[in-house]
Amino acid sequence: MADRTELYDRDESFAVNGRPDRPGRGAHHGSGHGSHLAPFRVPFIDGDKTLAQVTDEVCAPLERKSTLAWKATFAVAFTAMAIGVACVAYQIATGIGTWGLNRTVGWAFDITNFVFWIGIGHAGTLISAILFLFRQRWRTSINRAAEAMTIFAVICAGLFPIIHMGRPWLAYWMLPYPNSRGSLWVNFRSPLLWDVFAISTYFLISLVFWYLGLVPDLATARDRAKSPLRRRLYAIFSLGWNGSTRTWTRYETVYLLLAGLATPLVLSVHTIVSFDFATSVIPGWHTTIFPPYFVAGAVFSGFAMVLTLMIIARKTLRFEEYITVRHIEAMCKIIIVTGGCVALAYGTEFFTAWYSANGYERFVFLNRAMGPFKWAYWTMVGCNVLVPQLLWSKKVRTNVALVFVLSLLINVGMWFERFVIIVTSLSRDYLPSSWSGYSPTLIEIGTLLGSFGLFFTLFLLFCRALPVIAIGEVKGVLGYARGARKGAGQ
Amino acid sequence: MTPRPWGLLARFDRPAELVGAAERAREAGYRRLDAYSPFPIEGLSDALGLRPTRLPLLVFAGGAVGGLAGFGLQVWAMAVDYPLVVDGKPFVSWPSFVPVTFELTVLCAALTTVLGLFALSGLPRPHHPVFGADGFERASRDGFFLAIEAADPLFDANETRDLLTTLGAREVADVAE
Repeated sequence: MADRTELYDRDESFAVNGRPDRPGRGAHHGSGHGSHLAPFRVPFIDGDKTLAQVTDEVCAPLERKSTLAWKATFAVAFTAMAIGVACVAYQIATGIGTWGLNRTVGWAFDITNFVFWIGIGHAGTLISAILFLFRQRWRTSINRAAEAMTIFAVICAGLFPIIHMGRPWLAYWMLPYPNSRGSLWVNFRSPLLWDVFAISTYFLISLVFWYLGLVPDLATARDRAKSPLRRRLYAIFSLGWNGSTRTWTRYETVYLLLAGLATPLVLSVHTIVSFDFATSVIPGWHTTIFPPYFVAGAVFSGFAMVLTLMIIARKTLRFEEYITVRHIEAMCKIIIVTGGCVALAYGTEFFTAWYSANGYERFVFLNRAMGPFKWAYWTMVGCNVLVPQLLWSKKVRTNVALVFVLSLLINVGMWFERFVIIVTSLSRDYLPSSWSGYSPTLIEIGTLLGSFGLFFTLFLLFCRALPVIAIGEVKGVLGYARGARKGAGQ
Repeated sequence: MTPRPWGLLARFDRPAELVGAAERAREAGYRRLDAYSPFPIEGLSDALGLRPTRLPLLVFAGGAVGGLAGFGLQVWAMAVDYPLVVDGKPFVSWPSFVPVTFELTVLCAALTTVLGLFALSGLPRPHHPVFGADGFERASRDGFFLAIEAADPLFDANETRDLLTTLGAREVADVAE
């Protein structure tokens, strides 16, 4: 495992550089160090913690009674989810005529929500897999929660195409199984079927990756549990993990392999989602820029959601020393980069439309910026292109409350991006006689609200039942792993 | 009647001490060793003389099977079992089979990885003798443990305990079968 060795070598320079620059002084401080060093030459977490302290503090939210703030938030999230359930039940009972769709605009809110939620998930995999391969060890404080976010986001996303079927009890028709219709197989040449495979693979792999990361921490929770029921549950799910070196060695190999597999997977998922549009002949959709454009947008929106969740979690669970301002800054920087990719893609689309000299293509893009949905278009540009530029300033990046507001705006902007792509292109067909408008019904808005309710309900339950921070991984980056610090124990 | 001993379990305060102790125990000729720690420690598996895992080969095989089976399924379904012209494409329109083939390759490789880990490590394993040892709950907190099994030919309840103490163990506990 030459790989791990190098990982620790890098860690060594972190240790040699030694004493912390305290928060606020910043990652780029200390130009005297070699340029090969990881961005964090400062400790990954604050407070000079011992191993026992990390265990106690991360497990504390599982062991204390739920706070009033948690109960209040949970009540709101659960109510939102209940509204969503009611809307979906009404829609299934009545038919998808309860939505504002028409012959021209056959996809709108539901597919927007689907693409939005899938995109949110991508940041979790980026943190758990891609940042792992790039040896960004600061990820240890946030990867558990980000992976959980991925799973919950994919659950929300997956619901929308199923609801859109109108007859969700026949969802299994999407799977290739021998049937009594001849066997008439699913159409393997359709991007919508590729979606089925991509999303279900993505969900399974994210779940497995997350669960595997949880096993050692579930063992920690098991060893601390006071009540027999909790102990038993944690014991079952920790699979009898005892921290044996034989298992740890294999576990590290497995983690590396899964990261290597999840990296191309996550890129493929949004690529395939973009194929849903790019392989069609609708102006504004039929373009080769879509796969990279969608992947960048997904990571962009996902990091905004990670920031939203982490800023709430660090405050309410008192994890300010684990999820530090430096973590928030690092995520802001990723947002600047991916936001730049997204802005470039917006510009490129306009250039391509003009340069193609195709009348329909040109019309669609002018219509986006100046037609009936221009309010949505300029909301999107404002939130996705202008807002991230504020993050160039260190003052903004270190102002947690402001970053929180900006992350919400980016979430809004990215939702509108998908809405703009889908609805503006469809509503202006090739034939002016089939042009149409679109506005969502209350049922559709209630369903969107419900998906946020589901997402936050799941996340809040996760915060109460499982260690939100990867205890074992954080311990591994404290510097004890090489025995660099004295007296790990007490 | 006292239960049959499984071995001895020594606790160390620091990872470096554990690695050193594991090396010295191996030099002393012990072979049935294992160590337990709250997080992976560099150099420990070398100190215990563990061989690198064969898992990557297994994963390659899993991925290859998934990819070939996925591609095979599509060709068979689209071109052999129920040939149907879609989009005016040939029956074996392989470029449009690439996404599903890719997804199934990754899926099978990743599931092989995890199931392989469980199989090779013998998980789930509800009980293990070390769980019975006093103070072992620290292995998931801040304790670094070295175990020498009674099944080792060199094992002797007193001598082995002395060795572990000289290696710097804070506590040495008996582990019952």
